[in-house]
Amino acid sequence: MIEEKKIIAAIDPDLCSFIKLENHVWKINAKEMYYKDLNSILRIIVQNGAKKVEIYNVCGQRYIGTDLNSDVQIKIFGTPGNDLGAFMNGPKLIVNGNAQDGCGNTMNNGEIVIHGQTGDLLSHSMRGGKILVRDDVGYRVGIHMKEYHDKKPNIVIGGTAQDFLGEYMAGGVILVLGLNLTKGDCCKARFVGTGMHGGIIYEREKILEVGAGTKIMNTGKRDKLTIETLVQEFCKNFNLDFDNVMNAKFYKIVPISKRPYGKLYSH
Amino acid sequence: MRNLTKTNNPYGDDKDFSGCSIFGMMNLEGNLFSSDKIVKAITNMHDRGNGQGGGFAVYGIYPTFKDYYAFHIMYLSRHAKEKTDKTLAAYFNIIYDEEMQTKPANVSNPPLVWRYFVQPRKIRPKGKLIEDYVLETVMKINTEIKNSFIFSSGKNMGVFKGVGFPEDVADFFCLEDYKGYLWTSHGRFPTNTQGWWGGAHPFNILDWTVVHNGELSSYGINKRYLEMYGYKCTMQTDTEVLAYAVDLLMRKQNLPINIVTRILAAPLWNEIDLMKPKEQEMLRTLRQTYSSLLMNGPFSVIIAHHGEMIGLTDRIKLRPLVAGTKADILYLSSEEAAVRLVSPKLDKFWSPRGGEPVIGKLTNPLLFAESSILEENRT
Repeated sequence: MIEEKKIIAAIDPDLCSFIKLENHVWKINAKEMYYKDLNSILRIIVQNGAKKVEIYNVCGQRYIGTDLNSDVQIKIFGTPGNDLGAFMNGPKLIVNGNAQDGCGNTMNNGEIVIHGQTGDLLSHSMRGGKILVRDDVGYRVGIHMKEYHDKKPNIVIGGTAQDFLGEYMAGGVILVLGLNLTKGDCCKARFVGTGMHGGIIYEREKILEVGAGTKIMNTGKRDKLTIETLVQEFCKNFNLDFDNVMNAKFYKIVPISKRPYGKLYSH
Repeated sequence: MRNLTKTNNPYGDDKDFSGCSIFGMMNLEGNLFSSDKIVKAITNMHDRGNGQGGGFAVYGIYPTFKDYYAFHIMYLSRHAKEKTDKTLAAYFNIIYDEEMQTKPANVSNPPLVWRYFVQPRKIRPKGKLIEDYVLETVMKINTEIKNSFIFSSGKNMGVFKGVGFPEDVADFFCLEDYKGYLWTSHGRFPTNTQGWWGGAHPFNILDWTVVHNGELSSYGINKRYLEMYGYKCTMQTDTEVLAYAVDLLMRKQNLPINIVTRILAAPLWNEIDLMKPKEQEMLRTLRQTYSSLLMNGPFSVIIAHHGEMIGLTDRIKLRPLVAGTKADILYLSSEEAAVRLVSPKLDKFWSPRGGEPVIGKLTNPLLFAESSILEENRT
């Protein structure tokens, strides 16, 4: 209780009435709250040890989850704004709704689970952590994703992806399940893997048409392990039957060259 | 903006990250509604703009004067008004005119804004369409009279725009007093040209309006092409060409919207190569005929005229656009949150693909048609 008072004292008195603590869960009513205020509240309560946060009536507030450096779990109800989890380092965000553009932008560590769909630029330049999306995603998902040693970003898309999936991708894993497609249907995605020079895109059945510079291959033993681990986690989060999802053929899309544009300016 | 030093702002993060915001809302049954929802929605995207421009287009607002052209004119000097009044009187019968109703608001340097309801005089040459006569006069005033700009020239519709955030512009023009069945709005973050009252969106000619997020790098080519057809660009902003292009293609040349979108956001050549021979032939012809009307660069736009609202992005979707429907209402927006704010539960919500239009049409297309057209339909 003493701790709670200390934390509340650090918060702008005008905002205190929007926050309450129930059973160790911090509940924030973000209705009409400015995004900077919301993020500053999050910073204060997380710095002071909050482990569980619920934010209600979220409507367009940007950058939620950024600058927290903790493994706090944040449940979001509503539609969070652009760059959800940008530069995020550690938290787990659970969104009950759709995410907008730029979700997971340059994310370093942590997890984002979206019970809905996302806009464009999901996991732009992502360098670590995990993103699970139940439904569809927009344009340029995984653009510039990268990996380094043990830092390896993973994203799983339950539905379909749009154009430029994995554009300039340099590392990490994207798994597209296409669970909402009927058999024989494809994602309406052009230019998949344009400029891709690292990382892997997995697909469940042949639902992606690859662009120039990439090739489709059968999956091997190690691929299977990666896919199974990701699908397991996906099914656990969205309450799906693992065997059902796995009962399909998986393929992988990889770049043909590590330097697709190496000769672009050489003659 | 709230003073953050009180709470915690260790990084001084008051930098602007922006992009324009667009929002459109149309009642497909033609029922009129007030400004509160659209103002609320565009205000939710406040941070996309920077206060250098905001505006609204409303359709169905002047039922009493619906048969007359409603001109909204901004004057940067008294002298400009005197000159414009003379020119207007030479070409039109002025049925009614008044100073636009405004109130003090957080907008910068408002000009004098006047509203006229006019009827073209009978002196117009035989064979010339009334619309072309009006268009030519608008172009004449905008180019020849200094400090005078007609920024709205359609029937039973109006554009309200200025320098400020959209919510402030709404305040300034007392938009709460108007009702329409189709509203579009814009919050501006100018990139290439200065923010001034004429440069705010929507851009308009006759009853066509455009709000735009992005940048038309093809502006120069588009502008020169449109000049051949008598359209003169005076508002110093790229978006203007789009308004004139749709007027040329849809009104003058009477092309259907699904062709027009394929001119403005033409499929890439390598996509055309993969199409069926007949389709290939058509698209090649369109790209060759209208190469100067291809809108290059990133854009998402909402185009509107009586009876129709169209959302469109560039071919590779470099700017955002989402769409949603709830009962009779179609929403188009830069961000989903703005739609959810005014309509939390939607019947349908989707992200349109690049270059593919979202089209909202009145269920009864004749509802707001001009009396003369209704007459023709009856006989």
